[in-house]
Amino acid sequence: MMRLVAAVFGALVASAAVAAGPSVPLDRAPLNLNDKLSLQRGAQIFVNHCLNCHSATLMRYSRLTDLGLREAQIRENLLFTTDKVGDPMRSALTAKDGKAWFGVLPPDLSLTARSRGPDWLYTYMRSFYRDPASKTGWNNTAFPNVSMPHVLWEYQGDAVLKAAGKPGGAGQLVIDRPGRLSPAEYDRYVADLVNYLAFMGEPARTKRVQIGILVIFFLAVFFVIVLFLKKEFWKDVR
Amino acid sequence: MAVLNKPPVTTAGPLNGILTWVDQRFPLMALYKSQVAEYYAPKNLNFWYFFGALSLVVLVIQIVSGIFLTMNYKPSASEAFASVEYIMRDVPGGWLIRYIHSTGASAFFVVVYLHMCRGIMYGSYRKPRELTWIFGVLIYLCLMAEAFFGYLLPWGQMSYWGAQVIINLFATIPIIGEDLSVWIRGDYNVSDATLNRFFALHVIALPLALLGLVVAHLMALHETGSNNPDGVEIHADLDPKTGTPRDGIPFHPYYTVKDLVGLAVFLILFSAVVFFAPEMGGYFLEYNNFVPADPLTTPAHIAPVWYFTPFYAMLRAIPSFFNMQVWGVIVMGAAVVILFALPWLDRGRAKSIRYRGPIYKSFFAAFIVSFLILGYLGVEPTNVWGEFGKAVPIVGGDYVATWVARVLTAVYFAFFFLMPWYTSIDKEKPVPSRVTS
Repeated sequence: MMRLVAAVFGALVASAAVAAGPSVPLDRAPLNLNDKLSLQRGAQIFVNHCLNCHSATLMRYSRLTDLGLREAQIRENLLFTTDKVGDPMRSALTAKDGKAWFGVLPPDLSLTARSRGPDWLYTYMRSFYRDPASKTGWNNTAFPNVSMPHVLWEYQGDAVLKAAGKPGGAGQLVIDRPGRLSPAEYDRYVADLVNYLAFMGEPARTKRVQIGILVIFFLAVFFVIVLFLKKEFWKDVR
Repeated sequence: MAVLNKPPVTTAGPLNGILTWVDQRFPLMALYKSQVAEYYAPKNLNFWYFFGALSLVVLVIQIVSGIFLTMNYKPSASEAFASVEYIMRDVPGGWLIRYIHSTGASAFFVVVYLHMCRGIMYGSYRKPRELTWIFGVLIYLCLMAEAFFGYLLPWGQMSYWGAQVIINLFATIPIIGEDLSVWIRGDYNVSDATLNRFFALHVIALPLALLGLVVAHLMALHETGSNNPDGVEIHADLDPKTGTPRDGIPFHPYYTVKDLVGLAVFLILFSAVVFFAPEMGGYFLEYNNFVPADPLTTPAHIAPVWYFTPFYAMLRAIPSFFNMQVWGVIVMGAAVVILFALPWLDRGRAKSIRYRGPIYKSFFAAFIVSFLILGYLGVEPTNVWGEFGKAVPIVGGDYVATWVARVLTAVYFAFFFLMPWYTSIDKEKPVPSRVTS
């Protein structure tokens, strides 16, 4: 039975459905949810740059203690939109202003890493380019005609589209005017942010895996015990 | 006065006193003997017979985890989505309970499909077990309804639009369709009213029906005794000394310890999903369901969860005739309802596939393969159907996958409709008088 069920499960995982979103070639996000420093940097980037417009109403500031921060540190460095550390991360942008400025309300980012996938986010944040034809002056190869301007342009610099045509992810962009970070440093910067977004999508994830290993170990021992129990009882069945 | 006549319990050591007291007021020992300790099961049951007991385990898992979810879930359109995430983030251990419940839903269908496959393979639906089979099909129907109602509760995009699509199926019924769908929803759209009633049906109505049917299923089974991989009736061959079946062994302790082994393997696989892959690549928890329900934004691709996809593929494959779309719905419903007729469609002498002839085996194999491929086609977004067929000669083009689904739907029904014919002309092997191995 084990082999059969394992085969069924294996087939399901192998043919895993792709996350929602436009079909552009995605770059693999270098996630490491055990890297607390990367997650702390990501949280800082998120609070400084994303939270101005995007809320994460399902995430409490206090949950950042999971990243090795003390509540006092959170209060001093990361608390901009509220004064209570137990509050959810709510942007100061009102729905009315969001509609007026961007045409759409910037979506809540609490679960974006789960709905779109970290790879999409990693690609998207590295796919902005200058486009004078658009309202904001920016466009994106992973999300054509997106209403969001390139918030991190100071860090990445100005990218332009190398060859017009079918959208194809970050690969077809060249940096026209360098930003404060080198391309490799910028990739690292976005990776930290996406790492944090993945954490925020499911804060219990690392704990889940840790407990899971113990559970499987326990069940393996249980399996061996009941297997011998069964063998002992069935000895007299001919 | 039973209190005076019944012999005291003598086999329970220190518990003799209390058990005697209970037994004189309740048929405790009689039930224990008839249902467990002296319920004789065939000694040759193989791994396929784990899945009945495992279905019961999953039912308990779902009820218990469901109770704890209900403590924090809010069945309201404005709060449901956030309350599920509240369970995932702020309720201690809430993520575990929720993943157990979401994985349990899929696990339920995995074990029930395998259990049904076993029943078909070994002819467990045949006389005298027709009622056991019918109760089983009713359980399957209830389970589908339970899963459908439960899937709306997280109030994500897929929940919302999946429910919208399925309820709209009822609207295709001529004359009464529109009113019927409004009656089901309680509104003109899937809304707060729909969520409330689905919650009531999911946590009270269907679990009650399920529990009652499970009891009936087990009572009918224990009346006739279990079938086995040889399809031989063990109660036809009793030991003259003991009066018990020669090929039977008491359910307890033999099958209780054996089922523990199956349980351990199941729990390892189940935990592997819960702890390491709760989304199961988007099949158990769909990515789009992490987006709150938005009645104004239709997702590009709406598909039901994997366990409904074979029937969904049939639905999509059937074209509209006479300007009516109800035919696909009829075919989809018939695909499930036909299971009820199975005991009377089978005219073979052998029950088990082990002694069936080549024609039955071919039809059975074609049936299983068509069900699996239909399941695959039902998962795939519609645009893949076109890509599916581009390279195929002659019939190539956008309609190939549709035609594949149509042919497979025909194969699925042929297994049932042609069964009276092919089971009666098949060259079966002689069935042994006692169980083998």
